[in-house]
Amino acid sequence: MSEQEKINKNMKEKQGIIRDLIILGVISIVTLTLLYIFPDKKEPVLSTSWNFFIEMMLILPAVMVMLGLFAVWVPKDIVVRYLGKTSGVKGIFLAIILGTLPTGPLYIAFPIASALLKKGAKISNIVVFLSAWACIKVPQEMVELQFLGVRFMLSRLSLTIIFVVIMGIFIEKVLGWKEVTENGC
Amino acid sequence: MSVTAILINGIAIVALSIAFIKDKEKTIQSLKIAGKSFIRILPLVLVIILVIGLLLGFTPPDQISRFAGEQSGLWGVLLVGAVGALMHIPSLLAFPLAASLLENGAGVGVVAAFITTLTMVGIATLPLEIRELGKSIALLRNSISFVIAIIIALIMGAIL
Repeated sequence: MSEQEKINKNMKEKQGIIRDLIILGVISIVTLTLLYIFPDKKEPVLSTSWNFFIEMMLILPAVMVMLGLFAVWVPKDIVVRYLGKTSGVKGIFLAIILGTLPTGPLYIAFPIASALLKKGAKISNIVVFLSAWACIKVPQEMVELQFLGVRFMLSRLSLTIIFVVIMGIFIEKVLGWKEVTENGC
Repeated sequence: MSVTAILINGIAIVALSIAFIKDKEKTIQSLKIAGKSFIRILPLVLVIILVIGLLLGFTPPDQISRFAGEQSGLWGVLLVGAVGALMHIPSLLAFPLAASLLENGAGVGVVAAFITTLTMVGIATLPLEIRELGKSIALLRNSISFVIAIIIALIMGAIL
């Protein structure tokens, strides 16, 4: 990362923090005003918020520790290194595993996927990798387990994996046909 | 403390101990990242918690279940799925929000649609995705992901 990029990234982060604090300020004022106008709602609103706050604080530090460990121990280029040249069932399997490991929001995964594309990785692998990154993160599944229970979490996880693999193969086929027709064959 | 919370903290402690034995430096670096991310997400955690409090305090359950309950059917799933696709919040915060809706009369399918579109479809990040991966892949991935999310939601609604 160059100096200029680092400065840009820092600025973006600062802007993000300021935006979040403004949102928090607005929502606090809205809450206070509403509770002042409807004093009988004070008890249900505050006790609900408090319960969710406690439930969140019981797991959030642990989830963040997992995120930190992944961020340091799983280098981002590992994905490009392994996924660039693997195909078939093994490739799809690897795409799911690698997608679940590294951390960060989806937009961090786009440049990685782009590097994979340039390296000639299979499109099905790239799509499966992106989707796995988006919705099958290990720390994320822990939070889902905490709030929505094991049945909900496992059903959604297995259905997602099945459909994501189908989507990856489908998109690869569609783009393949497009290429064939564009080349006039 | 629930079993799940104990399990999650247990896993984190074990992982941290193994990491510490393997490489002290790297582990301290991980903890610094963890601390920073925790502070970074805290304002939004408070926002979501207040939103949940207001939502449940002021909207009667029958109102929530009319818009997003089991009987809202395909339209409820599509509507909430679209909201999820447009929203741009960390997915970690989507789960408490989803749980609060579920506790107050929203259907399982609707909640599954919300979480799945929120994580897989990104309207806000679509321009970036098009720039990095090209129009065909980005548009196909987002539109098919939306359809998939709806199918997953309908299946979840039927089996749970």
